[in-house]
Amino acid sequence: MKTKWAVVTVLAAGGITAALPAHAQVSYKDMADALHAVMESDRTVYTRMVVNRLANQDKVIKASEHFKDDKALPLPAQMFRFGAEMVAEKKLPFSYSLQSMWPINKQNAPKTALEKKGLDAVAKDNTKPFYGEETLGKTKYFTAIYADKAVAPACVTCHNEHKDSPKTDFKIGQTMGGVVLRIPMK
Amino acid sequence: MATPAKRKIFWICWGLLSVAIGGYLSAGLLLKSAASNPLLSPARAMLLPGKTSHGHYQIELACESCHTSAFGGRDVVQASCERCHAQELKDAVDKHPSSKFTDPRNAELAEKLDATLCVTCHVEHRPEITHGMGVTLAGDFCFHCHQDIAKDRPSHAGMAFDTCNSAGCHKFHDNRALYEDFLAKHLDEPSLLGRASLPARNFRELAADFPGYPADRFPLKPQSTTDAPAHLMKSQDVAADWLATAHARSGVNCSGCHQAEKNGAKHWVERPDHKVCAVCHEPESKGFLAGKHGMRLAEGLTHMTPRLARQPMHAKASDTELGCTTCHGAHRFDTRKAAVEACAGCHRDEHTAAYERSPHYALWKKELAGEAPPGSGVSCATCHLPRTEYRAPGLDVQRVLVQHNQNDNLRPNEKMIRPVCMNCHGLGFAIDALADRRLVTGNFAGKPGAHIKSLEMTAQRARAVEEKRRQRKAAAAQKQ
Ligand code: HEC
Repeated sequence: MKTKWAVVTVLAAGGITAALPAHAQVSYKDMADALHAVMESDRTVYTRMVVNRLANQDKVIKASEHFKDDKALPLPAQMFRFGAEMVAEKKLPFSYSLQSMWPINKQNAPKTALEKKGLDAVAKDNTKPFYGEETLGKTKYFTAIYADKAVAPACVTCHNEHKDSPKTDFKIGQTMGGVVLRIPMK
Repeated sequence: MATPAKRKIFWICWGLLSVAIGGYLSAGLLLKSAASNPLLSPARAMLLPGKTSHGHYQIELACESCHTSAFGGRDVVQASCERCHAQELKDAVDKHPSSKFTDPRNAELAEKLDATLCVTCHVEHRPEITHGMGVTLAGDFCFHCHQDIAKDRPSHAGMAFDTCNSAGCHKFHDNRALYEDFLAKHLDEPSLLGRASLPARNFRELAADFPGYPADRFPLKPQSTTDAPAHLMKSQDVAADWLATAHARSGVNCSGCHQAEKNGAKHWVERPDHKVCAVCHEPESKGFLAGKHGMRLAEGLTHMTPRLARQPMHAKASDTELGCTTCHGAHRFDTRKAAVEACAGCHRDEHTAAYERSPHYALWKKELAGEAPPGSGVSCATCHLPRTEYRAPGLDVQRVLVQHNQNDNLRPNEKMIRPVCMNCHGLGFAIDALADRRLVTGNFAGKPGAHIKSLEMTAQRARAVEEKRRQRKAAAAQKQ
């Protein structure tokens, strides 16, 4: 985890700020893809090797939204969000979040027009990411959206059963949402 | 008509006076020591741009505490807010951290309410617009971002936006006792849970393991004779008081607190201050310095005294200086005294005065009389200096620590629900009781006058969800 984040930080701080103007060596798209590769791998590792193994297979600990009160593991989506929040505190030139058109946590619903379009696109075709540009506040962003798929049965059962889930018929392999990654453009 | 000579003298005097006043005010403004200098502090007070809120008035003359640099604007002040408040917000799982407002997705909302800075909602020096919790926005501020809430929660349709966080349901920062699943877990609890008792303190058992505990200087062995120089032992009472304490039982002799070392030379300190206590009681001392009793000391000012307080205090206590021994009493360190008598010795508000008529006090008396088990009485400290779980950094054991920042759980008072009230009371009762201002003022002698419906709303929603689930299952079964 640590070394990966070091890579991300170096990529982000060095890559984006220094190398992205007109003579860019790394395009916004490449940068976004690289960052996402790290996020997706960490997310999958946590889901498979921690949550799925300990909560579903070995059944030694539960995963719970209220992990502190329940003395349980944070959910994969929370793990992802906490990472995103920590990155936000570092004030690096990118931000990301896990969203869905059928969100359990309403804060994870798409807000901008591009988010809606992108999530829709990756829901229809989850083999390729969606890229676009948008202006939010006074800043122009390069925005990339990657499909987040139901990779394990637990994804489906938990979401379908959750009292706050607006969709109750997710199936394995389907798109459940997407990672939205933003880089401010120079 | 004044003669030219007279006029000249007048002008000279006027000039001198202006220079003197200017000099006095400048000294008040520019000298850091002016804040606690009895001659110069009035100059600072005159320059104050407006009284500060209940949270900061004690240190309002220590301008540099918040305005650490004359230049730099809001970011400088923000860093000061965070110096004292960041950790408490983290511990409270702040529902509106600044990352929520810097998130580009929320750019449009953040234009309406940019709460990346504390001062967006908590402006200081503006008493005329300062409401409870030091909030300086209009009470319906939730509207800016949550105006569509009824879409998601139809039960909330028609509720006024100034009731979101004033009706005992939601808080802007700290919702540890109020989130839906927590309510759902505690739906049908009785007002009294029948297990009234506080967690027992356990420092003695764990002290040796605590990082930084000077076990080499104070091996945890019972002591029976004092080690102060004989000529200083003027009264045997002191020795007797000390012998009865946990200090004597745990190896802390006179020299433990009174002996200091400077440049290799040992000398005797007559009145050790909070820094000496902090050698072993660091988290307690930290709490003390963070709360209203100790924040003046923390900012390098003179001790807090009841004279400086905005709340009603007993005149006879006006000049009592607040340090550890003020409440704990040197040598005797009687925590029971510190838990009620010490508070009531200074505080003279209605809530304090009503304590003696409260059911809580009746329980406390029983505990003192040995008629009820330890931890079953309810003193001032039970609620205001609560026993909390504390994990020392770098250590896996959990200590039951007395939170010495008595403001930590005070505002909003819902912060008391989990660590305090729910030791003895059911959640619903606690929510109702704390939302009833009159009951709080009367120190809980009586029953809550109003009822907060959040538990019923939670139950209703759970039933609806369950019903939907049932229908879905039935439909799926029919299909097969
Ligand atoms: C034990 C229950 C549980 C499991 C297992 C689970 N989730 Fe979630 N998921 C949640 C909760 C609860 C949230 C809302 C978290 C928050 O507060 O942001 C969430 C959030 C999400 C979101 C963001 C949108 C939303 O619904 O708020 C996506 C996308 C998502 N999960 C996908 C997945 C995928 C893919 C998996 C499997 C790898 C998975 N989840 C496994 C409970 C679960």
